[in-house]
Amino acid sequence: MADVSPAARQGAPAARPWFGLLVAAGVLLLLIAAPLLPAVWREVPAALRLPLSDWIEGGMNWLARDAAIGGLAFSDVTRALAAAAQWPIEALQVLLAEGWIHGAGFNKVQLVPPLSWLGITLATALLAWRISGRGLAVMTLVAGLYLALFGLWTSAMTTLASVLICVVAALVLGLAIGIRAHRSPGMEPAVRAVMNVMQTVPIFSYLLPTLLLFGYGPSAALFATVVYALPPMVHATVLALRSVPPETLELARMTGCSRRQTLWQVELPVALPRLAIGLNQVVMMTLNMVIIASMIGAGGLGYDVLRALRRLDFGAGFEAGMGIVALAVVLDRLTQAAARNQSIGRRRLWSRRDSLIALALLAVPTALSYLLPALAVWPKGLSLTSAPFWNAAVSFINQNFFDPLEAIRTFMLLNVMNPFRDALAALPWSAAVALLALAGWRLGGWRVGGGIAAMAMFIVITGYWLPATGSVYLTLLAVAGALAVGMPFGIWVSARPRWHQPVQLLLDTLQTLPTLVYLLPAVMLFRNGDFSALIAISSYAVAPAIRYGIAGMAHVPSERVEAAAMSGCSKWQTFVHIRLPAALPTLLLGVNQTVMMALSMLVIAALVGTRELGQEVFTALSQGLPGPGITAGLCVACIALIADALLKSGAARAARHQGEAHA
Amino acid sequence: MKTILATAAAAGVALSAPAMAFEPESDQTIKLMQADWTSMLVNTEILNIILSTYGYDVEKVIADDSARYPGFETGDLTMAVETWQTTQDKAFNASVGTGKVLDMGELGPHAREDWWYPAYMADLCPGLPNWEALKSCAEAFSAPETAPKGRYLGAPVSWGGFDEERIEALDLPFEVVHAGTDAAMFAELQSAYERKAPILLWVYTPHWAPSVFEGSFVEFPAYEEACYSDPAWGLNPDKAYDCGKPQGWIKKMAWAEGEKVWPCAYEILRNFTMDGDEVGNLVYKVDVEGQTVEDVAMAWATENEARWREWATCAAN
Repeated sequence: MADVSPAARQGAPAARPWFGLLVAAGVLLLLIAAPLLPAVWREVPAALRLPLSDWIEGGMNWLARDAAIGGLAFSDVTRALAAAAQWPIEALQVLLAEGWIHGAGFNKVQLVPPLSWLGITLATALLAWRISGRGLAVMTLVAGLYLALFGLWTSAMTTLASVLICVVAALVLGLAIGIRAHRSPGMEPAVRAVMNVMQTVPIFSYLLPTLLLFGYGPSAALFATVVYALPPMVHATVLALRSVPPETLELARMTGCSRRQTLWQVELPVALPRLAIGLNQVVMMTLNMVIIASMIGAGGLGYDVLRALRRLDFGAGFEAGMGIVALAVVLDRLTQAAARNQSIGRRRLWSRRDSLIALALLAVPTALSYLLPALAVWPKGLSLTSAPFWNAAVSFINQNFFDPLEAIRTFMLLNVMNPFRDALAALPWSAAVALLALAGWRLGGWRVGGGIAAMAMFIVITGYWLPATGSVYLTLLAVAGALAVGMPFGIWVSARPRWHQPVQLLLDTLQTLPTLVYLLPAVMLFRNGDFSALIAISSYAVAPAIRYGIAGMAHVPSERVEAAAMSGCSKWQTFVHIRLPAALPTLLLGVNQTVMMALSMLVIAALVGTRELGQEVFTALSQGLPGPGITAGLCVACIALIADALLKSGAARAARHQGEAHA
Repeated sequence: MKTILATAAAAGVALSAPAMAFEPESDQTIKLMQADWTSMLVNTEILNIILSTYGYDVEKVIADDSARYPGFETGDLTMAVETWQTTQDKAFNASVGTGKVLDMGELGPHAREDWWYPAYMADLCPGLPNWEALKSCAEAFSAPETAPKGRYLGAPVSWGGFDEERIEALDLPFEVVHAGTDAAMFAELQSAYERKAPILLWVYTPHWAPSVFEGSFVEFPAYEEACYSDPAWGLNPDKAYDCGKPQGWIKKMAWAEGEKVWPCAYEILRNFTMDGDEVGNLVYKVDVEGQTVEDVAMAWATENEARWREWATCAAN
């Protein structure tokens, strides 16, 4: 043991602790000296402001109303796209959710029922059994029965129809862009930059432009969702293609493959396992969007959640939310199983006979549903519900535990949150920008520092500096909370393999259960305001903290741990001196992901009355102003990208030191 | 098997349909806007039943309350049964002013929104509902972070409402805390009501809350247009907003061009009116009794068939 740790210390330049102290001293000095600075350097002067949001507003209006390419109005093009996208969604909805209906109002008659819930559940379970095994088949059956018996089936199928189309669209587009970016290395950084912005701009800020261009309804929801779910697919494609061994390409070239043949017959098949990881991300992110998509006309489970919460029926909201989780988990496990099969070369799992059985499973219950309507839609009278229990539970907690909870809230608000918020707001913008740039320069060189300075200045000149400090305050506190709970828990779980599966399920639930479902009970117990927002953001951002806590520990080289054990280290010494430093780069990436998740929740937290960038975006949406919405959204993206640059450079430094220490 | 059944069912439709001579003027789709509050959902479904019974191709499109106007100006949305003066006054008038949107008259119910308190608070602040009582018993409404000032839970920022200005103009010892959404606002009301805890918040009607929670609106000096625009008006000679909030109409609106496409459907919409209590009752059935919107609307349509057939005289022959 004793010979490892000093080596690590020698590898790290003495600059690091010195640097930390410097930053701390700098912040302190700024807080003290702030009032001494001339006002221009403290508060953003009006002369510095760029009317960017007005320009965007004008541009959007022009694009939606007047823009034309050779006589063809731009909005006509987007409308035609929307109509084209609408068609497959509607077709799937007829098949899965609604059946074929003739007439309406007093003359409404259902001619053909939709596919029976029993048939779809059984056929999917068969698929799960073939490609994975009994465990997944049972899980699929449980999910299907849950949706049917709790009266969520029709909504779930409406959601599934749009989710499937979104996934296919994001997959095809992501592949195309990724392949293009891979082939022309000059384009790749630009594509990556655009994708990073797309991923970090809050969805609410481009919802309105989407509505202007594509009209209301499921296809607008489709386009907004694809924008959100596309980036991980593009990143995964580029990474996957890059990982194809050069020898393989060489072989393809020598056997005389054309470029197209190489792509389709060599590169893509070899890259398939990694592509599948991208697909998996697309599925999860699409289901993340279900609630927001339902706000602009996608309907389905997301709409059920919104409706239930509007009448404060927390139980019904929770049930519909768990329906989304059930869909997400089944889709996720199916795609993961398919990816695993590909990577270990298991093929021919699905025979022709299976296709016939699946068809029969679909057709027989559907045909029988003419005689037995319960097979088409489970009768309302026989539906199960747990809603009264959840409502009673929330009400019980409210009546019996409100006072202690209120004491915690008041303490946090008065002693931690408000002082921190005010301190950040009091930081002079000029000094804060300089400090950020300095940190970037120290961690990653002058390019990182310059980039950070530019992004911080963007926030300053668009006039969103003050709300941005509000966002940073909420995000930092939420991230601190999520890390304090999540990382130790993840590290604890990593040593206990038996816990992995249940924890995985818990994490998937945290990530796909719509936040609103627990946001409103939080409001009942903690009132409207920042404290409820903080709880909602933390509980969403805790998932990546746990995930990376587990992953970081899993990647510690076992020979190092063994060496430590042989040299007689205690468990604690091994942890502090071997495991933790080795896991540090992964843990830092986990911090990065936690920050990203927290930032993406800001807009949802605005629903309980925060005062920061998320609220600016949300308000702009409800007032129908695309300009401020997009500008404030870009400011959120800037905060995300600054945090990303700092943490990634920090992680790279930590990884370098690890490498040096063991070189 | 399926085809036979389908044919049989189609034949059944043809037979069971009343001998309707009416042919809709156009087979283009009429798009009914629905936002997310209950009265609008039920009223939209009722209009949907009526129009589709006469053979119109109707589709319900979900849209946000305030984000609706571009949709109506371009024809993405055809009709809306509810536009509330209390929140949409300015935007609605501006949109009608473009000439692309029609004011289709009032629906009937009277919209009101203002400061509201649960009945049990009257014991702690005996002077209520008169607003002047708030001056002396602000502390009864306070929270730790606002004490000794009272805490007033306002609506989402985007709804406007001028509550900060009202507090200043009337010199009320209160602080405004904005709820993020409608649902969050009523979640806090339910929480406080269950514990009989102090609360003063923004409530609006028609809504289910006043029928479930007992309480009253605070009576401010009645609103007049001059109160908002002219500082000299009212108690405070230097400041505007020294009065309550405007009460007002709920109007129907429609895409102007559509009048030429479906004149009869537009006439039906103009005749479509509801009574305030009637709407409150329908909302109660959905939100408190938990019936579905479709069932409640269909039950209304069955009970009131003679009434809505009268609205549709243009489609009668």
